[in-house]
Amino acid sequence: MDLPVDLAILWFVIIAVLWTGYLVLEGFDFGVGMLVSILPRGSAEQREKERRVLVNTIGPVWDGNEVWLLTAGGATFAAFPEWYATLFSGFYLPLLIILVALIVRGVAFEYRGKIADAAWARRCDLAIQVGSWVPAVLWGVAFANLVRGVVLDADHQYVGGFWALLNPFALLGGLTTLTLFLLHGAVFVALKTDGEIRGRARAHAQVLSGLAVIVAGGWAVWAQVAYSVSWTWAAVAVAAAALVGVVVTNRAGREGWAFTLSAGAIVAAVVLIFGSMFPDVMPGLDGGEPLSIAEASSTPYTLRIMTWVAVFLTPLVIVYQSWTYWVFRRRLTTDHIPAPAGLTWQKIKEAAF
Amino acid sequence: MDALALARWQFAITTVYHFIFVPLTIGLAPLVAGMQTAWVITKNDRWLRLTKFFGKLLLINFALGVVTGIVQEFQFGMTWSEYSRFVGDVFGAPLAMEALAAFFVESIFLGVWIFGWDRVSKKVHLASIWALAIATNLSAFFILAANSWMQHPVGTVYNAETGRAEMSSIGEVLTNNTLWAAFPHTITAAFLTAGTFVAAIATWWMVRLVRTRRPENIATARDVYRPAVIVGVVTMLVAGVGVILSGDVQGKLMFEQQPGKMASAEALCEGEESAAFSILTVGDLGQGCEGVRHLITVPGLASYLGTGSFSGPESYLPGVYDVQEQYTERYGDVTGSGEPVSYTPPLEITYWSFRLMIGLAAFSVALALAALWFTRGGRVSDNVWLSRLALVAIPAPFLASSFGWIFTEVGRQPWVVAPNPTGIDQIRLLTERGVSTAVPPGLILTSLITFTLVYGVLAVVWFRLMHRYAVEGVPDVVHDDSPEARAERTDDDAPRPLSFAY
Ligand code: HDD
Ligand code: HEM
Ligand code: HEM
Repeated sequence: MDLPVDLAILWFVIIAVLWTGYLVLEGFDFGVGMLVSILPRGSAEQREKERRVLVNTIGPVWDGNEVWLLTAGGATFAAFPEWYATLFSGFYLPLLIILVALIVRGVAFEYRGKIADAAWARRCDLAIQVGSWVPAVLWGVAFANLVRGVVLDADHQYVGGFWALLNPFALLGGLTTLTLFLLHGAVFVALKTDGEIRGRARAHAQVLSGLAVIVAGGWAVWAQVAYSVSWTWAAVAVAAAALVGVVVTNRAGREGWAFTLSAGAIVAAVVLIFGSMFPDVMPGLDGGEPLSIAEASSTPYTLRIMTWVAVFLTPLVIVYQSWTYWVFRRRLTTDHIPAPAGLTWQKIKEAAF
Repeated sequence: MDALALARWQFAITTVYHFIFVPLTIGLAPLVAGMQTAWVITKNDRWLRLTKFFGKLLLINFALGVVTGIVQEFQFGMTWSEYSRFVGDVFGAPLAMEALAAFFVESIFLGVWIFGWDRVSKKVHLASIWALAIATNLSAFFILAANSWMQHPVGTVYNAETGRAEMSSIGEVLTNNTLWAAFPHTITAAFLTAGTFVAAIATWWMVRLVRTRRPENIATARDVYRPAVIVGVVTMLVAGVGVILSGDVQGKLMFEQQPGKMASAEALCEGEESAAFSILTVGDLGQGCEGVRHLITVPGLASYLGTGSFSGPESYLPGVYDVQEQYTERYGDVTGSGEPVSYTPPLEITYWSFRLMIGLAAFSVALALAALWFTRGGRVSDNVWLSRLALVAIPAPFLASSFGWIFTEVGRQPWVVAPNPTGIDQIRLLTERGVSTAVPPGLILTSLITFTLVYGVLAVVWFRLMHRYAVEGVPDVVHDDSPEARAERTDDDAPRPLSFAY
C-alpha cells in the first residue's frame, strides 16, 4: 500500500493549525468566561455591569471562534478516520464533559440578556463560568495525554480507561492550559475595555503571566525531558520568551503586544504538543502500540480533495473573521452597556402554560 | 440494555432534538433576510419591525441549533467509532466541508448581524443576514450529502486489505441522485415549517388586535401583521408544492435503492401490482406484516409513489418477504451472535412515521387556505377559529419533519450504510457493526441520561422564551441605528450605548 506520506503529514500540520486557531481564539473566550468569576468589583449593580462588559467583549465573536473546534473535528474525521474514531471513543467521558460545558456556556451567552432578572443572570453567569473553567482544564488534560502516550490494543482501540487519563503529567497539563487561557483572557480584556476594569485586568495579567511562566514552563520542561524530541526545545524557548514578553509588555501598557505574545505562547504550546506526537497521532504509552499518521490517514484521493478545499477556504475564513474583529474593535466600558433589554421574569411566567 | 441499544437511543434522541431547531432556522433566516431587504428597499418601518420581531425568535432558536450541533459533530467518533472507521474516508469529507464552507460563515456573520446594527453600513448589515441564510442552507446540503451516501453509497470502492470504504469520486458523492432529491425535500420542508411559523404567529396577532376593536390596533393589524401573514402563506404554498414534488421523486428512488423501506412503509407482506396506499391499518404491526388489516386505502397509490404507474406489471411493488429472500441470497449476513439478519425494519415505526409525515402537512394546508380566504382583498379578520387553527398548525410541520427523518433512518435498518443495489456489494454496514466497541455500556448510559436531562431543561427554556417573545409582538417603535442614519441625525458625540448587548 503506498501511502501518501507527504499529504498525510501535510494534514497532520493542517489539523495542528486548526487546533491552534481554536486554542488561541477560544482560549481567550474561556479566559474571559473564567474572569467573570474573578474580575468584577464594587456594588452589586456595578459588578453586574462589569460582568456584562466582560461577556460583551466576546459577544460578537465567540461562536465563530468555536467553529475552529468543529472544523478540527470534521477535518480529523475526513483526513484521519482512525484517529477520529479512536480518540473520541477512547476519551469518551472527558469529551462528554466538555460537550456539556460548551452547551450550557453557549446557551447562557445567548439567553442571558433575554430575561431581565438578577437571579436569571446569576444562573447564566454560573453556566458561563463552569462552561469556561471546566473545558479550559480538560483540553490540557487531553492533549497532555496525547503527548505522554496512551494504551492502545492491536485494533487501535483505546483500552487505558478513564482514570489513567488523570495522571500527574496530564493534570499539570490541565493546569497549564488553565493558566494560559486565564492570562490570555486577561490581556484580551485589557485590550478590549477601558476604565477601571482595564486596569484591573492588567493587574491580574501581571500576576498570571508570572504564574504562567512557572506552570507552563514546568510542564513544558517535563514534556521535553520525558516525552518529546529535541527540536521542540525551540518551541519551549519561544513559549518562554513570549511569556516573559507578556510580563514586560503588560507592565508597559502595550496591550496589543501583550495579547499577541500570549497568543504566541499558545501557538508554541501547540507546536510542542504536535511535535511530540509526530510521527504518531496517538503515541503508545511507554513505547506501546501507537497509532501512526500513516495508519490513521485517509486515502491519497480524499486527502487531495480536502487539501484543495482547505487551501481555498481557510484563508478566506481568516480574512472575514479578522474583518469582524476590526468591525468590533472599539473598547467597551460600563457606559456602553445599555439597560437590560430582555423581558421581565414576571412576563415570562405569565405566558407559560 | 447493551451498548448498541443505548447508542441507538442516544443517537436518535440527540439527532431528532437537533432537528427540531434546524428546519426553523433554515427557513426563517431567509425569510427574515427578505423582510430586512424589504425595509432597506421600501424604507417602510413595518418591515423593520417585523425583521426585529422575527429576528429575535430566530436568534432564540438558532442558539439551540448551534449547541446541539456541536454534539453531532463528535458523536460519530464517540458512539459509532466502528462506523467511522469504515466510512471516514468518504463520510468525513462533506462534514469537514460543511464546517469550513458553512459553519464559519453562519456563526461569524450572525455575530455581525446581532451586534452590528450600528457598526456596519446598512448594505453590509443586510449582506450579513443573507450570508447567514445562505450558509444555513449550504450546511444542509453538505450534511445531506453525507446522509444520502449512507442511504445510497456512490463514488466509492471497497478496499479488501483494510476492509474500508474508500472514496473514488467526490463528484459522484456530491451528485448522488438521492442527495438531489433529499436536499430539495428537506429544504422545502424547512420553508414549510418557517412559513407556517410566520403565518401562524402573524395571524394570531392580527386576530387578537382586530378583536380589540380599537382603531389604532386594527391599523397595526392591517399595516404590519397582514403583510407577514401573506409572506408566510406564500412561502407555505410554494414550499408545500416543492415538498410534494420532491417527495414523489424520493419515493421512486427509494423503490429502486431501498425496496425494503418501501415495502415496510406500506407494511406489505407479499409483492403486488397496483398496490394500494393505506391510510388506516389495524392489527399489531410490531408482530410483523401478518395479521395486519388495511382499513382505508387509496387503490394503486403506493404503486404510483414507487414506480410511477397505478396498475399493470410495471406497478409491481415487492413485499417484505420478497426483500428478505432477495437480500438473504445476495448478502446473507449474520449478526454478531450468528443469527441470520432480518432485513425488515420495525414496521410500526416505518408505517406510521411515513403517514404522519405526510398527514401532518394537512394543518399547514388548512391554515394557508383559511388565511388566504380571510385576508382576501386587503381584509383583516377577527375570526377566533382562524387564530386557533394558527396555533394548532405551528407544531405540525416540526413534527412532520421529525417523522420524515425517523422514517428515513429507521426504514434503513438493519443497515447503517445501506447497500447500493447497482453498486458494489461490499459497501454496506449493519448498524450493529458500527457501534463503538471500546465504550462500556455504562458510559453510554451516563451520556444518554446526561444529554436527555440537559436537553430537557433547554427545551423548557427554549419553549418559554419562544412563546413569550412571540406573545410580546412587534416593537412599537424602531430606530434606524445604521451609521448612515446617525450621520444624518448628527447625534454621534456622546458615548452611545451599544445598539445590542448580551
Ligand atoms: C438539513 C439540515 C441539517 C441536518 C440534517 C443536520 N444539521 Fe446540523 N445544523 C444545521 C443543519 C442541519 C443548520 C441549520 O445549519 C444549523 C442549525 C443552527 C445552526 O447554527 O446551524 C446546524 C448546526 C450544527 C452545528 C453547529 C454549527 C455552529 O456552531 O454554527 C454542528 C456542529 C452541526 N449542525 C452538525 C451536524 C451533524 C454532524 C449532523 C448529522 C447528524 C447534523 N448537524 C444534522
Ligand atoms: C443528515 C444527517 C444525518 C446523518 C449523517 C445521520 C446519521 C445517522 C447514523 C450514523 C445513524 C446510525 C445510528 C443508528 O442506527 O442508531 C442514524 C440513526 C438514526 N437517525 Fe440519523 N442521521 C442524520 C439525520 C437525522 C435526522 C435529522 C434525524 C431526525 C430528526 C435522524 C434520526 C435518526 C434516528 C431516529 C436514528 C435511529 C434509527 C435506529 O437506530 O433505529 N437522523 N443516523
Ligand atoms: C406528499 C407529501 C410527501 C411525500 C410523498 C414525501 C415523501 C418522502 C419520502 C419517500 C421520504 C423518504 C426518503 C428516503 O428515505 O429515501 C421522505 C423523507 C422526509 N420527509 Fe417527506 N414526503 C411528503 C411530505 C413531507 C412533509 C409535509 C414534510 C415536513 C414538513 C416532510 C419532511 C421529510 C423529511 C424531513 C424527510 C427526511 C429527509 C429526507 O430523506 O429527505 N415530508 N419524504
